[in-house]
Amino acid sequence: MEVNVENITKTYGFQKAVDHISFQVHTGEIVGFLGPNGAGKTTTMKIITCFMPPNEGDVKVGGISVLANPEEVKKHIGYLPETNPLYKEMPVIDYLKFAAEIQDVPAGKIRERIGEMIQVCGLRSEKYKKIGELSKGYQQRVGLAQALIHDPEVLILDEPTSGLDPNQIVEIRDLIRNIGRQKTVILCSHILAEVEATCDRIVIVNEGKLVADGTAITLRKQAQNKEIVRVTIEDGDRNTIFEALKGIETAEGVDFLPDYTQGFEVQSKAGTTSRKAIFRLCVEKGWTLTEMTPVERKLEEIFRGLTLNN
Amino acid sequence: MKKTWIITKRELRSFFDSLMAYIMIVLFLGFSGFFTWIFGTDIFLINQASLQPFFGIAFWTLFFFIPAITMGLFAEERKSGTLELLVTKPVSDWQIITGKFFAAFLLICITLALTLPYYFTVAGIGKVDHGSVWMGYLGLLFLSACYISIGLFASSITSNQIVAFLVALFIGIFFQLIFGMAASGTTGWLAGILNYLSLSTHFESMSRGVIDSKDILYFLSIIVLGLAGAELALSKRNL
Repeated sequence: MEVNVENITKTYGFQKAVDHISFQVHTGEIVGFLGPNGAGKTTTMKIITCFMPPNEGDVKVGGISVLANPEEVKKHIGYLPETNPLYKEMPVIDYLKFAAEIQDVPAGKIRERIGEMIQVCGLRSEKYKKIGELSKGYQQRVGLAQALIHDPEVLILDEPTSGLDPNQIVEIRDLIRNIGRQKTVILCSHILAEVEATCDRIVIVNEGKLVADGTAITLRKQAQNKEIVRVTIEDGDRNTIFEALKGIETAEGVDFLPDYTQGFEVQSKAGTTSRKAIFRLCVEKGWTLTEMTPVERKLEEIFRGLTLNN
Repeated sequence: MKKTWIITKRELRSFFDSLMAYIMIVLFLGFSGFFTWIFGTDIFLINQASLQPFFGIAFWTLFFFIPAITMGLFAEERKSGTLELLVTKPVSDWQIITGKFFAAFLLICITLALTLPYYFTVAGIGKVDHGSVWMGYLGLLFLSACYISIGLFASSITSNQIVAFLVALFIGIFFQLIFGMAASGTTGWLAGILNYLSLSTHFESMSRGVIDSKDILYFLSIIVLGLAGAELALSKRNL
């Protein structure tokens, strides 16, 4: 089921929380939704989940508009809000039963679905405890279980792994990836490594505006149009090598690497590559090339580059 | 209707899980029992087989207890954020509001059902006007429904339970007392209007066994007004 966000705007008073954002999420795709605090992530999620309508624009979930038919849209969405709100005084199993009933799970299948969720989210030993008595990690699992219990077509998760221990994080990520094969998943997170590990595509917003939309690889390419390679060249004098590298036609700049005595960083001119030339140079001069690594900008740097204004 | 019932079930269970329901029942039975049988203008003092003393005291105990039941219904959910999750489930705002309304109403029904032994006892010691007793109970139910609906509205406009409690009492006291007092201090058409607005006027006529479609219309309009106000407050989504 596709999610189509069409040019939505939401204002709180004079402040534009979301400013003409459009993007699409296809079936079988996991999209990471990134942005600094206050960028409009949660507001966008609240509009998709029919919590509140946008001032302008529309969101279509499987072709159904959130403005025209929110009741129908809500049936297809599983939502885990950032704060993971739960009824603390309810036992886990009663809460899951309530969540199943209210999300139209057929009466005959409720027991089966609860059993499945308890298994998938690892809640077996905790199922009769009151939710308020559980640790934060287990509460997070209950939140995930209630979002998944009706087997939704679209899953919207706001910080799904917060409060979990590293083993649980791996489990939950695997779970999300598995679900993402057939379903549509939108995942909000501050943890960039998590987004990179889990998501097929990344959408970045800043100050209510969409600033990037693409796979991690395309984002890297966009952010970095000049090739940088790190090379270690041995069996030669440091300064001679440095001068020779500078002489390469496509090289724009060469630097010594502080940690390596024989290491250099070569930046090429826009749109060109110096790797072949470096190799040929070494052959020609009889030097030994022991390392050549393309330097990739980390997702963190791309994120900072796109969202820091100055 | 099915969704409404699912919400009602959850709220009712949460009343009992949080001990709220037990405290409410014990205190209500304690208060009303004490003043009906033991103290003040009790049944033995007026020496009639009538439940009038009970209805008089229940009129006031419910006035104070109902805001305590309703204050958390929205304010608490708003504070803990569960309201956000609830409204993104496939239920309408109206189903949520009516679900909560019926939960509180059923709790009052259970509480009032537990006072039926008073009725059987009185019926055992004298000749009781059965019609007026049943009408009195009906009056209490209508009165409770009105205050629940006012309490729901009060709870829907804030995330603070104490504020919700006080707002409900503040709105309630007009219907309970102030309109009646103002009516007796004025004359002419104004007195007529104030007298019609006073809830006690309608309740007293019912507890004497007189039922009028005007009374029913009055109670129903307060209930609908309160619930509609709650829906308006909820639809603003400023959580």
